[in-house]
Parts: sequence; structure tokens; C-alpha cells
Amino acid sequence: MSDTGKTPPLLEVRGLKKYFPVRGGVFNRVMAQVRAVDGVDFIIEQGKTLGLVGESGCGKSTLGRAILRLHEPTGGQVLVDGKDFTALSRKALVAERRRMQIIFQDPFASLSPRRTVAQIIREPLDVHRIGTVEERRQRVIELLDVVGMGPEVRDRYPHEFSGGQRQRVGIARALALNPSFIVADEPVSALDVSVQSQVLNVISALKREHGIAFLFISHDLAVIQHISDEIGVMYLGRIVERASVEALYRDPKHPYTKALMSAIPVPDPTRKSQRIVLGGDVPSPMNPPPGCPFHTRCPEVMAKCRSVVPETVDVGDDGASHVVACHLY
Amino acid sequence: MAIERTPLLSVQDLVVEFSTEHGVVRAIDRVSFDVYPNETIGIVGESGCGKTVTGLAVLGLIPSPPGRIVSGRILFQGRDLAKLSESELREIRGRDISMIFQEPMTALNPVFTIGNQMIDVLMVHRGLTRRQARGASIEMLDKVGIPVPGMRIDEYPHQLSGGMRQRVMIAMALSCDPKLLIADEPTTALDVTTQAQVLEQINKLQEEFHMAVILITHDLGVVAETCRRAIVMYCGRVVENAAIENLFRRPLHPYTAGLLDSIPQIRANRLAELPIIPGRVPDLLNLPDGCRFAERCCKVSERCRRESPVLEAFGDAGDCVACHTPGMPIRETVDV
Repeated sequence: MSDTGKTPPLLEVRGLKKYFPVRGGVFNRVMAQVRAVDGVDFIIEQGKTLGLVGESGCGKSTLGRAILRLHEPTGGQVLVDGKDFTALSRKALVAERRRMQIIFQDPFASLSPRRTVAQIIREPLDVHRIGTVEERRQRVIELLDVVGMGPEVRDRYPHEFSGGQRQRVGIARALALNPSFIVADEPVSALDVSVQSQVLNVISALKREHGIAFLFISHDLAVIQHISDEIGVMYLGRIVERASVEALYRDPKHPYTKALMSAIPVPDPTRKSQRIVLGGDVPSPMNPPPGCPFHTRCPEVMAKCRSVVPETVDVGDDGASHVVACHLY
Repeated sequence: MAIERTPLLSVQDLVVEFSTEHGVVRAIDRVSFDVYPNETIGIVGESGCGKTVTGLAVLGLIPSPPGRIVSGRILFQGRDLAKLSESELREIRGRDISMIFQEPMTALNPVFTIGNQMIDVLMVHRGLTRRQARGASIEMLDKVGIPVPGMRIDEYPHQLSGGMRQRVMIAMALSCDPKLLIADEPTTALDVTTQAQVLEQINKLQEEFHMAVILITHDLGVVAETCRRAIVMYCGRVVENAAIENLFRRPLHPYTAGLLDSIPQIRANRLAELPIIPGRVPDLLNLPDGCRFAERCCKVSERCRRESPVLEAFGDAGDCVACHTPGMPIRETVDV
């Protein structure tokens, strides 16, 4: 993160934190803090995709939302084109957010059942008062075309569509304002496999043809591999390893990343996978263990891990960044 | 592996229909398969293909109305379950056949402790005293890998994590030593690392208890790792039933091949485009005349649109397929 003279990256996240207070007791005082996101750094260049992978409750969705300030961050900075997005006033935020959109996991919950497809896709244009009525109508047809749907679906309602088609409508809506960055929060997890790949292909085309940058959140390492340029592995609110796709899959460093990769069932009965089965469960983020957050389940735990939080170190060779937070390195 | 040649469960031409506002929906249509003692078979397919309904029908749990078994037989140890009364079925459920469900939180009663729920089952089906049942429950919780079972038994479901709840469900399902376990998406709601724990547990217990398992899932990876045979369902019908090695190496039905291709998997070289099955599953209320997969099939012919294929034996390995032009190219094994 050096401040050289070159153009700033599209998105830079520095030490981002999001804590949620837990209230209770007679006076409804803050009893504890859930550290959902606890100091995360990364950069996304224009047109690139960072995949964020981790298990439920690791804070990956909260991180996506904190970047867009859908959850107001507790600490740290988000820089968009070098400008501090976290410092913007509410009013300035609305204008700036046009460039940043989000696609949600559940296509059944994220589209209003009372609006037609055209109304849903047009809504961002209406809100930001872009174009005339006729221009907006044209834009809706264009957007439907981008996601592979015909103009005849405009007057239909979400319930008439399957999950995959609804997700396409959600994507079209996110594209309405020509964003340069989209947070895609588990966009294919609710879909059947044969439909999943259709939607993934639409997203790949957006990267390729429209140069949109993505933060792609998923629990599925195979999906993440297909779509990402760089991958961050999250555990208990922190990124424990971050590297280019090639480096991460060829040579995972963190014991958690290794376990996660070995746990994926392989669709090939002749190959019995060498599985690292982790014991126990993810600790509560309200009361994270001291030292390395993964030490309670780590197969390679050492005495040091129980007390000292590991620093993030760069172990990448030939100039490529490969950062890992583990005492083994 | 020595497998006895009389099936434990034989489902024959099973048809289940549901009446809806828009008309009668045939959720499963002439479904047939056998399950032998001691084996794990998978039922695979996408949402709405009828895999869950098949599982529920075996247990006599089809909600009626609106659902009903229209025809077919469900022979379990020679008795036709489709003809039994509710009280006779209740005898079999939980004791001879158990089921575990996808979402353990909805299947466990939130207002009773784990112990309360487990002990009842044992007292009813095995006639144990409360004290004996408690001991047996603790032993069972220990077997499924719950730490400190003596303490956990007095906790409520909400105090446990998702993975532990699912293991409690498995402990309950196995506590009466069933001959057949039906597991409906047992790991879908779990994270991969927890899924690995639960699958390993099911495999271990299957051997220890010598039971047969029907694993219902949409995840072919899970099937590859746990099952000996798999049944592929599409749109209410069985399209292929094959030994697991054959299914993955040389699928017979184009749908199976398409499904295998579209599983996202970690590849040594990334593909620019993922292979897809074009189109979508037809509406059960408005089914085409011929083969139900015809509109999405890469090998479709005139005959497929006209005439619906039936499930027939293919080769001598005991595999069957419902396709007019069965056989797809041999697949190279996945290399990572």
C-alpha cells in the first residue's frame, strides 16, 4: 500500500471493522461486541474480481455490506478511486453509490413481488432521475438483453420466473446505473447446478465485456475459483489468506485454507479425497479465542498460536502478493 | 462387499399425485428402484424432481390431502407399505426405517431438551425404562461425535450449532437400530467442513449398524463419496440408475452427463465458459408428450418428442436408463 504517483485503485479497503453491539440486562446496556469484521485490508483494481470465501458466520456478507455502507463501518477506511468513501456525508453517499451495486443471494426475497420486471429494473433510473421515460424503457430492454432475457418478460411479475431467471433480473437491476463495482453476495448459492452455471456465465461476460469489478462472496471454493482473479479466505472476521487464484489453489498456505479445500466432495468416485476433517465448530465471534482465531481447530497448532495473534506476512514469490496470517510462516 | 440378493426395499412403479389449485400434479411418475441391505444409494436431481417426495412416500409421510399414492408398491421386507394403516406404519417408522431431514432446527422440538426427545423414542419403540433410555441416548450421542454427551443431553436445540443439531438428528434416527435410513439433504444446510464431519459420521455408522441408507441430495460430489449406486431423477421420473463408477465414468442419460458437466469444480485450468444445460425444467402441470428432457437434450430426435422412453436395463452391470439413444462419451477423470 505505497502512495506512489500512479492512479489509485478502484477500491481500497484499509483496516475495515464492523462490530455489532449485543445489548441486554435491565438497562439494555451494551454487554459485548460481536466482531463480525475485524480489520480487513485489500485492493480491487478496475475490472478485477476478488473472491471472498469462508463458512457461515465468518463475516463475509457483513464485509460486503460495510464496504457499501449498508452497514456503517465501526473503523477503517474504504477508498474509491482514492477518495475516502467512509467519510462522505449521507447526501454525497447517495450520488456516489450509483457506481457501486449489490446482488443478493436469495432471488425470491430480493425482488418486490408487486412490481413488474420492467419496474424493478427501472427503479434505480427512477430514483436517480436518469433519462426520459422513453430512454428508460429502451435501457430496460438493453439490460434484459445483457442478462439473456427477451423484452417480452417486461410486464411479468417475479413469481412467474424460476430462481435462475429471477437472479438475472436482480443482475439487470444492479447494472442499470452502469456501476464500476458490484458486490455479489452468494449470487448462485440458492440455484440448482444446471442453472448455477448459466448465471455464472452471465457474470463472467459482465467482467469481460463491461469491465466491471466484483467482490464475489461465496462459500463454494469451486465457484470462487471460476470467477475470481484474487481470493481472500475469511475466518472469524479476518482474512487469513489472500492470493491470486493460481497461487491459492496450487499452494494453499494457511491450515484453514487447506482444510477447506480438502473438505469439498469430489465428483469422482475413483478418487477418494485425502480429507482433513476439522474437529469442533467455529468459535463465537462474540468471544473469539485469544491468539490465532483458528487455533481451536487447527491441526498444526503450536503453543505460540494460543496467545499471540499472527501478523499478516507476504510469502509470495516472483513479485506476486500472497499474504497469510499464520505463525507457520 | 457381500450383498444379499433380496432387496430390503423394493419400490415398484410408484406414482404420487398432489392436487393443487391449478390441477393435479404428478410429482413422481412410475418410480422404481431397489435398495439392498447394507448399501448406500443416492437419489440425485434438482429441485422439484421428486426426490424428497420419493423419500416421504416410502415412510408413508405424504401429506394427504393434497397428496396421495395413486399406484405402485413399496415392498419393505416383503410387506407393501403403501397398503398399511397409519398405526401399522407408525410401528415401522422410527424402528425399522428412520429419516433425517435437511433443516435440523425445524425437525427438533425447540421446547424440549435433546434428552427428552431422544428418550421418548427409545421408550416407545424399544420398551426401555426412562433410566435405560437415558443411558442409551448418551451412548448414541457419544457415537455420533458429540463432545460431553452427558451434559449436552440436557440442553435445548438452540444451544447447539448446526452441525451438532444434525448429529443429534442422526443419533435420534439411529437410536432404534433401523434397517433403513433415509437422509434427505442431510448436509445441505451445513458448511463444507461440517459437512465433511457429518458425512464421515454417516458412513461410519452405516458400517457399524449394517443398515441401508438412501441419501437424497442435489450434490453429485456427496454422492460420489458416499454411495454405491445412484438414481438420477428428472421431472418426476427416474432417468438413470447405475453403479457409481459407471455413472461418473460413462453416464447413460444425456441429463446425467449435463449434470456432471455443470458441477462447479476446481480445475487445473479454468474454463472461459462453464458448460450448461440450456433451457429449464418443464412445468409439471404442462408436461411435453415425449421425453421430458427432449427440449434441453443435445441428442434429441423426432422420436424423443413423440414417444416417452421407459426405464430399461443397459449392459450387464445392472444399470438402467430411460432414453431412446442411451450412452454418452466416456468422461476423463477429474484432475486437479
